[in-house]
Amino acid sequence: MDQKAVLETIKSQITENDIVLYMKGTKETPQCGFSSAVSKLLTELQLPYIAVNVLENPDLREGIKEYTDWPTIPQLYVKGEFVGGYDIVRESYETGELQDVLKDKGLLSQS
Amino acid sequence: MPISEIELESALKKKFPDAQIECQDLAGDTDHWEVRIVDPVFQGQSRIQQHKMVQEAVVDYDIHALSIKTAAK
Repeated sequence: MDQKAVLETIKSQITENDIVLYMKGTKETPQCGFSSAVSKLLTELQLPYIAVNVLENPDLREGIKEYTDWPTIPQLYVKGEFVGGYDIVRESYETGELQDVLKDKGLLSQS
Repeated sequence: MPISEIELESALKKKFPDAQIECQDLAGDTDHWEVRIVDPVFQGQSRIQQHKMVQEAVVDYDIHALSIKTAAK
């Protein structure tokens, strides 16, 4: 896949799906502790999400780093917007900021 | 690639001269680090921007895992 096509693929993935997690491994079999932790957190919040396994596609693995201008994986996108990697997702979950963002975007109930 | 604490700390100090910096070797292998940086320069910046600044400071090093915690005060 050429680079332009990779970036286009990412763009459509994050715009066509509300929540997309770029991770190492799959939801069922994560291949990295950080990917696993973010995936579990989304499951805990009972959020439906698409998981993209970057290990299956080296072009995508490099492409997502470039697209976001962020050097690490996992990367979480909500409604087309980059929310963070593991540290930021964890921290903003603990402070409740993550839930607020999700509520604002209508992805989490207000309760 | 492992990095010594002195190397890591000096790379961060170069970028954040006035910050309070703490580096913790999480696994005892000098390849999994947690850094805590408190610097007023983070004031008004989003977490993503703050972490980007830290990533930039260590861009020349190939650290296997770097957990970042930032605060303005």
